[in-house]
Amino acid sequence: MAALTPAGPMAPMTPPAIAAEPGGKAGRPRRIRVWRGVVLLVAAVYFLVPLIASFTFTVKDSSKGFTLDAYGQILSAEGFGKSLLLSLGLGVATIVVVLLLTLPAMLAVRLGLPKLKPILEILCTLPLVVPPITFVAGITTILQWGPDHLADTPFFQTIIAAQNPDFPVVLVLAYVILALPFVYRALDAGLGALDARTLVEAARNLGASWPHLLFRVIVPNLRSALASASFLTLALVLGEFTIASLLHYQTFPVWIYTISGSQAQVSVAVSVFSLLITWLLLLALSSAGARQRSGS
Amino acid sequence: MNGAKVELRGLRRNFSGTTALDGLDLTIEPGELIALLGPSGCGKTTALRCVAGFEQPDEGAVLVDGSDITRVPANRRDAGMVFQSYSLFPNLSIRENVAFGLRVRKVAAAKRHARAQELLELIGLPQIGERYPHQLSGGQQQRVALARALALEPRVLLLDEPLSALDAKVRVTLREEIRRLQLSLGITTIFVTHDQEEALSMADRVAVLRAGRLEQVADPATLYDRPATAFVAEFVGTMNRIPGKLSGRTVTVLGQDLPVEGDVPATSDVEVLVRPETVIVTPDPSSEAMILVSSFRGSTSRLRVQLGDLEMLADVPGHDTVRLAPGTRVRVELVERPVLVSASSDVAAAVPVPEHDVV
Repeated sequence: MAALTPAGPMAPMTPPAIAAEPGGKAGRPRRIRVWRGVVLLVAAVYFLVPLIASFTFTVKDSSKGFTLDAYGQILSAEGFGKSLLLSLGLGVATIVVVLLLTLPAMLAVRLGLPKLKPILEILCTLPLVVPPITFVAGITTILQWGPDHLADTPFFQTIIAAQNPDFPVVLVLAYVILALPFVYRALDAGLGALDARTLVEAARNLGASWPHLLFRVIVPNLRSALASASFLTLALVLGEFTIASLLHYQTFPVWIYTISGSQAQVSVAVSVFSLLITWLLLLALSSAGARQRSGS
Repeated sequence: MNGAKVELRGLRRNFSGTTALDGLDLTIEPGELIALLGPSGCGKTTALRCVAGFEQPDEGAVLVDGSDITRVPANRRDAGMVFQSYSLFPNLSIRENVAFGLRVRKVAAAKRHARAQELLELIGLPQIGERYPHQLSGGQQQRVALARALALEPRVLLLDEPLSALDAKVRVTLREEIRRLQLSLGITTIFVTHDQEEALSMADRVAVLRAGRLEQVADPATLYDRPATAFVAEFVGTMNRIPGKLSGRTVTVLGQDLPVEGDVPATSDVEVLVRPETVIVTPDPSSEAMILVSSFRGSTSRLRVQLGDLEMLADVPGHDTVRLAPGTRVRVELVERPVLVSASSDVAAAVPVPEHDVV
């Protein structure tokens, strides 16, 4: 991706370059190649330097020189498994909820109420402009206000259960909102590439009920859009710190932060480790997407 | 398999201000292929979608074999449909696409595969069952869509401009094929098209729609030869409008007296509607009429003839083209037969706007 982006700024630069060189034919590809190399290098430096620095920090030991001890300690570190599982669980729950909310809504708007599309788009993009800290302040206020006013109603139990530290549903709700813009974009692109109306009508015409056509026609044809929506959501949940920390839940990023106070090397090692996991997920996803494209 | 009788009764449909259907009444006989023809926005597709159940009329009813299906959901109707855009499910193989409806009805796998194969043979593509839609040409995709629509043995077949995305040659072969299948299956078919040639060549009857209302419904020959209204006359085929003087039921045009057919307007200044093939053109150096343009079409040639400040179109046999080159002085006559007239319009040009015969 990084290597492709310069095409824009570069394009206006090349014509004068050709004009300046009479033997332009051979000069142009070489110049482009050089530019590409430069841009790639800049991008690589930008991305790789912090990574290499982190990695060096985790394997450097004043007495032994090179050691992978920090990585060995990850598994034995207290709270690692629990917080990672919590974050993964939250991620999966968020994906399920956000997809169940957005996919039918977007389909309904696209098929039946196209006029509402701008409104849905604005609603789904809004979370991008609300800073997480504002968001947390709101949630905290509600959580404090709730028990006082709902003490006599059945909602009291609900609001307490939603804050269960073993699986804080309130975080799932918050993450669903944070994930909306990304999920909306991914699904909108997927639906745009699909002639959803015709497919739906063809399936209806052949006797398919709404659930049947949703799961047999729409979902299979949106596979890569759904996969990228899910991946973005998972990445978001695995990396979200502000809300979880301020509401005092021990999710994975919060745990990394906590442990960095006592075991700096381990915390950085965990970060590098989680980055690797994220990369692997991304690779798996993009290769799945490529397979689907070549297959259909 | 046989067709059902379809009745549209007083269908009305408004789309936020624009009227798509304005009291449409039409009865389609069992086993008949009827073409709904009209300019875009005339309501033909809306009418079809009311039969398919994708559109609810504001007023009126759709009856199939006498039972009212107006409020029956689309997935419970007994009508197969082929769409204008390619509608095969991209994630399913051709066989699975054809068998989709059977699968929805929970027909056993072996049985539905056999049926799918049978249908693929019917459309002349028996070997493509394992392929996927993107591996097929447009014409093949529309054939498969037809097979898929027929898989459930519906009693009504709805075709929503299924050929308009295809190139000319495929379009002609495919429309013959659709007609052949429709005749052998005896299935009642409603075919929406804006292509008059398609409508005239395929349909048992053609219904011409205009602004949500039925203008005329008749068999193709009647529609072409005896259009009920000036709109039909000009929409179906090409028409010359030549000024004439009306007296009683006779009109004097180009020095000839011809009987008038159909409605007679109140004024005596009328325009006579004449098909290009009923204009006779013979070389005559002493005449004031002159050929402006000649476009050769193989079996025929279309001439643009100027007579005073009037221009008209004439179709002559292709072999006469040499004799009737542009610049030739000609005598213009009309075939002696009853003609349609309409009150003079303010339209300056007597010739309908030529579409394709600009050389």
